[in-house]
Amino acid sequence: MGLKARSEFLYFAWRNKKLRVGLAIILFFALMAIFGPFLAKYPPNEYVEVAAFPPSREHWFGTTIFGQDVFSQFVHGLRATFIVGLIGGTIGTLLGILIGFTAGYRGGMVDEILNMITNIVLIIPTLAVLIIIAAYLTVRGILTESIFIGLTAWPWAARAIRAQTFSLRVREYVDMARISGMKSWRIIFGEIAPNMMSYLLLVYILQFGGAVLNAAALDFIGLGPTDTVSLGLMMNYALLWAALPLKIWWWFVPPGAAIMAIVGALYVTNVGLDEVFNPKLREL
Amino acid sequence: MTRYLSRKLLIYILTFFLAVTIDWLIPRLMPGDPINVMISRLGPRNPEEVKLLRDYYLRLFALDVPMWQQYINFWKSVLQGDLGRSTLYFPRPVMDIIKAAVPYDVFLLLPAILISWFAGNNFGALAARRRWLDNTVLPIGYILTATPYMWLALLLAWALGIVAGWFPIAGAYSFELRPHFSWLFIKDLLWHWFLPFLSLFMVMFGGWAIGMRNMIIYELEADYSRYLETLGAPQSLIRRYAFRNAVLPQVTGLALQLGTIVAGAVATEVVFAYPGIGNLIVSAIQNQDYFLIQGCFLFIILGVLLANLFIDVAYVIVDPRTRLGMAGEVA
Repeated sequence: MGLKARSEFLYFAWRNKKLRVGLAIILFFALMAIFGPFLAKYPPNEYVEVAAFPPSREHWFGTTIFGQDVFSQFVHGLRATFIVGLIGGTIGTLLGILIGFTAGYRGGMVDEILNMITNIVLIIPTLAVLIIIAAYLTVRGILTESIFIGLTAWPWAARAIRAQTFSLRVREYVDMARISGMKSWRIIFGEIAPNMMSYLLLVYILQFGGAVLNAAALDFIGLGPTDTVSLGLMMNYALLWAALPLKIWWWFVPPGAAIMAIVGALYVTNVGLDEVFNPKLREL
Repeated sequence: MTRYLSRKLLIYILTFFLAVTIDWLIPRLMPGDPINVMISRLGPRNPEEVKLLRDYYLRLFALDVPMWQQYINFWKSVLQGDLGRSTLYFPRPVMDIIKAAVPYDVFLLLPAILISWFAGNNFGALAARRRWLDNTVLPIGYILTATPYMWLALLLAWALGIVAGWFPIAGAYSFELRPHFSWLFIKDLLWHWFLPFLSLFMVMFGGWAIGMRNMIIYELEADYSRYLETLGAPQSLIRRYAFRNAVLPQVTGLALQLGTIVAGAVATEVVFAYPGIGNLIVSAIQNQDYFLIQGCFLFIILGVLLANLFIDVAYVIVDPRTRLGMAGEVA
């Protein structure tokens, strides 16, 4: 991207309301995840009260039935959410890129086989596989969880990137590069990938959101990390310890609301970015 | 058409093959001796029961024979419908327990998926290019698709179940009733069914509405729509054509969404203690009932494969091109 193109991109990016709103929400929660734990007055799992108290000045989000500070759990859970999104999303995207580029650029037999594998793995529900893996692991950390989520999330990305690569590899400049004797991987990363950067960014955003949702589901059914708090775990405990009949709404409302806001903001950012990258979609 | 369907069928058979292999492989990849781990986790039991369990585990795992033999044995028992015995509901066979849960899943998921699909598509199509509707449907749609299933379920259970007190929040029917065919029981069943249905419906609805809205806008930009417009065709006619084209990706989208729907169903069933496979697999996890976990896994895959097959047939019906062999593989 030249200097002019970059400033034009920034101009349209700033003009796009969806992008601004989406990024602002994500930034807000990211800052909260980074600095929140320092603001929290109590360790997330320490019993600081005798029972559940509604939100107050002392405990901003109230306390759980065990008397733990919900705000402390919330900000630590946010951290876990962003870690899973970053690691899981990165692994999922990288695998998708690797398989998508290989299949799309090579074509022929390699593509047939990779496409077949992708289609097969695509059918198997991700959560079902994660459940069966997690059920056999007795010690689970946030890192292992993120890695497994990333390892199972690549199929749709691989398929989408493959299709894009297909349409790019028959372009003249790619033919030129091939005739001039460039190596395959240099053509892929030097000629094809730069023209798909915007698309890859969109894939990454969706992978990030998917990883967050998958982690929440996994944690909620009790297969989350065993050594830390997460937003899904908070809802899991709230359900298990009768937050519903006891009307301790402040225990399960914040974690779900945060996930919804983050994932929703990612979707909106995605639509906004799409409009910035694709002039046809711009509202003038 | 035969080519299209047979290619799909091959993929499904391979998928099932892979699923069974995963089911066989994962317990063997994990550290430690699975039999001892499983028996020790059961806690103290009477010796007779332990012996019975050990026999089952030994026969199913058959760790003394070579790996390939173990694999073939596993396949044999799967094909015979023998998925081992549950330790949680000892000594009931896993197959029986799952068979009792499946009707609840069908009863909950089929209406939720179909109604949200139809409603979402029609609503999305209606909203496209209509300023006022679009400005309300689009944000609501985005909020709904971004909502984690269990959170919406918790909110509904809390608001409509606890605070308003209109609906029960646990089980498929009241404790004092036994399943039988009467108006009383059916009413009770529907009363318990409504909240889990509603929460699944709402999240899915958002996704379909957004998808359809975007597709209709895309179709209204297409040359054939523009051409109709210049000919002076009424808007309703153009929209009808656009809808018929836009619905095709939504059919394939349904197949792609099945994985997410499974995740949503598991979470929703857990919140409402609804006795489907989702709830079963979670209580199996909590009690480390490995055969039940593996059995549930296989049945989830089986359900997804069947749904895929139905969607393929539906696709052939709605898209004449696949019937004539003009479009080979679609998505």
